[in-house]
Amino acid sequence: MEQARTLFDKVWDSHVIVTREDGESLLWVDRHFVHEGSHHAFRQVDTRNLPVAEPRLTFGIADHYVPTRNRPAIADPEIAGMVERLSGNAARHGFRLFGLEDPDQGIVHVVGPEQGLTLPGLLVVCGDSHTSTHGALGAYAFGIGASEVAHVLMTQTLWQRKPKRMRIRINGTLPPGLSAKDLALQVIRTIGADGARGHALEYAGDAISALSMEGRLTLCNMSIEAGARCAMVAPDAVTFAYLRGRPMAPQGAAFEQACTAWQGLASDPGAVFDREIALDAGSIAPLVTWGVSPEDALPIDAHVPDPAAEADPARAGYLQQALDYMGLRAGMPLEQVAVDRVFIGSCTNARIEDLRAAAAILKGRKAAVPGLVSPGSSRVKAQAEREGLDRIFREAGLEWADSGCSMCVGMNGDLVAAGERCASTTNRNFRGRQGKDARTHLMSPAMVAAAAVTGRLTDLRKLARG
Amino acid sequence: MERFTRLDALACPLGLANVDTDQLIPARFMSRPRSEGYGRFLLHDLRFGPEGQSLGFPLDAARHAGASAIVARRNFGTGSSREAAVYALWDYGIRCVIAPSFGDIFASNAVKNGLLPAQVSPDDAEAILGGLETAELPRLVVDLETQRIEAGGRSFGFSIDAVRRLQLLNGWDDLDLTRRHAEEIVAFRTRRLAEAPWVMPG
Ligand code: SF4
Repeated sequence: MEQARTLFDKVWDSHVIVTREDGESLLWVDRHFVHEGSHHAFRQVDTRNLPVAEPRLTFGIADHYVPTRNRPAIADPEIAGMVERLSGNAARHGFRLFGLEDPDQGIVHVVGPEQGLTLPGLLVVCGDSHTSTHGALGAYAFGIGASEVAHVLMTQTLWQRKPKRMRIRINGTLPPGLSAKDLALQVIRTIGADGARGHALEYAGDAISALSMEGRLTLCNMSIEAGARCAMVAPDAVTFAYLRGRPMAPQGAAFEQACTAWQGLASDPGAVFDREIALDAGSIAPLVTWGVSPEDALPIDAHVPDPAAEADPARAGYLQQALDYMGLRAGMPLEQVAVDRVFIGSCTNARIEDLRAAAAILKGRKAAVPGLVSPGSSRVKAQAEREGLDRIFREAGLEWADSGCSMCVGMNGDLVAAGERCASTTNRNFRGRQGKDARTHLMSPAMVAAAAVTGRLTDLRKLARG
Repeated sequence: MERFTRLDALACPLGLANVDTDQLIPARFMSRPRSEGYGRFLLHDLRFGPEGQSLGFPLDAARHAGASAIVARRNFGTGSSREAAVYALWDYGIRCVIAPSFGDIFASNAVKNGLLPAQVSPDDAEAILGGLETAELPRLVVDLETQRIEAGGRSFGFSIDAVRRLQLLNGWDDLDLTRRHAEEIVAFRTRRLAEAPWVMPG
């Protein structure tokens, strides 16, 4: 009898070209996304004077450095050069580019699923750690470094050692107003920022089945913040409904045939995981981060940790340094923390559902602080405008901008000023992530909207309507 | 790729956990061409103030000048996949990082550039950190053959994936290894596209 296999095992097995005696496998890559930041990799390819092996499986997206205002002009010559270099590489090597003026442009991890390029069972890579996002559709998707990007460009393959398997089962029903972002932060604070290191993560349980595709994308996106090699959700009816009719997905009979194959990807009943963890969605409160790692998350009604109350001196030192950087007083209630601005954007939380959740809080209200809303893709932007969400954001006093990585990483100049505190829907609250000496608090889009209204970290449930 | 066999060098203790790649090289420097050298960007914002003045970070202490190894706490290199983090370490002169755990992508990037991520137990990391702080000269020896670190008169084992160890010892390049499988790749491609035609977008 065949051995019971996990979802990950099945996708892994279908991509192994050879396995060496030492255990490293050469894997076939189905989708390779590159962006302006991939210039180091293209230089390596040029040095070897080799072509891109599979231009039809390679897709370029301008997102990391693109301006979010006054497009298509690019004021900064250095950034203009980066975007041009990507266009040049796409033209020269003959791969499809979602460039600055393309109506389908957006953040790579939003565009891939949205276009139907990301499909169940595919192996997807990109020179960006949040490639884990695509696993929400049942793909094996992970971020790689520049040398690996170059290797994929030249060979369409990658050497990997099979990671261990870990399953996180989340049962129960999320309380009203809470979202996948709260689930993600709960996972990370439970297992730690390196808690899933070396593991392929599978999410299961009724709270996951109940999540929309947008929510699953958010959850898998943040899994890299728990150190996971990749994260996956088994394809189901939600997945198929999401993919049906997407521009680059198979159509008609081919789609139905594919769905039949994808249905078989779910973990077999007796499949064994190296680690299993269970969480209850029903007991989660809205979470915010207070420190400089995504694991530094606490329920909104909690207090900033006190280093003096910490027995382990190394941990106390870590807490103190984090508080110093964040400009927070030990023991103060999180709800008393005043913010200077808000940001709604990034591949974590700028899909249509995220914008709707934020707009629901902001509707008919004014923001007490300035803020920026950058949709996850140009298509999301157009959709939001059809729904009138842009008006809600504008009338609240927030800026409505074009799509790109924007203030998630600040490479395009959308920065949080030194010393400023930002309530953000992004994924990393690292020191300096949103700008030198910027202070980032991660939370869900609805929580960011609530912070915008009051000017401080706020439990969105106090503002939710009926 | 440069080979790594044995390092006998000054080391800099960094008592920090979760040193992410945004710390190792802030995003704003990543559009620069590598030919400029990335060493001066290493841990830039922890080391330099707004006017470029030194903030007294350990790396810039006279005692650690010329360090070729870094010792840190858990989860070193977590975060973004930017290989530029390794370029910054490498161009600065760092050849080995010792820590209780590493971000997966960072560790992979490191090895591809000849830099050794040596994993030690949390207790040993503390012992090495402590030893470097009190030693007259913060020196250590890292031997990849024997997988041992000598520091402060004590010896510690470290772990590294067996394949990565061989790659570092031999200076192997992935592409050379892959090329030997050219025929298998072609055959696999044909089979893959037949079995899953949706792999090739329309
Ligand atoms: S939005 Fe942020 S996390 Fe997402 S791809 Fe862009 S820089 Fe990376």
